[in-house]
Amino acid sequence: MTDSPLIIAGKSFSSRFLLGTGKFKNKKDLADSINASKSEIVTVALRRIDLERHEENILEYIPAHVTLLINTSGARTAQEAVRIARLAKASGCGHWVKIEVINDSKYLLPDNAETIKATEILAAEGFMVLPYITPDLYTARALVKAGAATVMPLGSFIGSNQGLRTKEFIQVLINEIDLPIIVDAGIGAPSQAAEAMEMGAAAVLANTAVATAQNPASLARAFALAVEAGRLAYLSGLPLQQSLARASSPLTGFLYDDAAAN
Amino acid sequence: MNIIINGTSQELNSSKNLSDIVSTFCKESKHVITELNGAIIPSNQWAGTSLKEGDNLELVTFVGGG
Repeated sequence: MTDSPLIIAGKSFSSRFLLGTGKFKNKKDLADSINASKSEIVTVALRRIDLERHEENILEYIPAHVTLLINTSGARTAQEAVRIARLAKASGCGHWVKIEVINDSKYLLPDNAETIKATEILAAEGFMVLPYITPDLYTARALVKAGAATVMPLGSFIGSNQGLRTKEFIQVLINEIDLPIIVDAGIGAPSQAAEAMEMGAAAVLANTAVATAQNPASLARAFALAVEAGRLAYLSGLPLQQSLARASSPLTGFLYDDAAAN
Repeated sequence: MNIIINGTSQELNSSKNLSDIVSTFCKESKHVITELNGAIIPSNQWAGTSLKEGDNLELVTFVGGG
C-alpha cells in the first residue's frame, strides 16, 4: 500500500515522526537519535547565551536536510511568542515556528487563547505556524482561520509519558479539522505513537521519552517504526471492535458436524 | 561604559561595536541573534552598531527544546 507524503505548508515530508531536542544527556545521543528517528522536522528552542559557559551550538548537530521548527517555549503570552519567533527568523534559521505559550507552572498546559493570537500575528508575517494546544475543537477552528499550518494537540501532560489521555478530543480534531493533526506531548512509548497514528493523526512528535531513555537512538528508531506501523494500519482500514467473541476458525466441529464450538 | 548584557551589568571599553561584543562574549557568532533595546539587529549591521551607556543587549541562540 502506498502512502501520500505528509504535506505541511506546501512542503512534503516522507517521515511522520517529529523529534524534539530537549533533555538529551549529550550532543552525541542527540545526533544519533535524529539519525535513527529519520525525522525530517526537529524542534529547537531559543535562550539567552550563557556568558560564562561556552557551549557548542546545538545546530551543529542537526543535519542540514532537516527542517528546523523553532519552539517558542518560555513564552507566557502571545507577544512573547511573537518576539521569540521574530528573533529566530532574524538568525536566518527558521520561519517554521511551533507556538508554545505556557502560563501555568503546575500543569504546563498551553494557553489556547494566547496561542490563537500569536498564530494570527505570525501567519500574517509569513511564518509557517504549528500551534501546540490543549485539544479543543473551537480553538482548532480559530487556528484554521488564523492561518495555522497544522494543529498540534497534546496527548497528556508534557513530559509525563502518559500517552493519549485526551484521545477522544484528538479524534474530534482529526475528524473535523482540515489541517494535519500532529499529536505532541505526553507520548512516552512507541505503542502510544502507533495508537495516535491508527486514529488518523498525520504525525507524532516525541521528545522526553527518547531523550531520557537508556538508549535514546534505539528508542528513536522504535518510535519511527511504530509511527510507520500505525500509519499503515490507519490506511488499511482497521476493523471495528466487537463486544463479543467471534471465532477466527470455521465454527464446525473438527470431525463431527454437530459440535458447534470446540 | 556600562551596558546590560543578558540581564547582567558589564563594564566595557566605549569604542566597541556590536560585532566586537559578540566575539568577546560568544564562542562563535554563527548562530547568535542580538536584540538591542528591544530591536533585533541583523548580523550584517553589527559592525556598524555602536553601543552607549545604559544599553540593554540580549544575546540569544538555539538550544535543545521540544
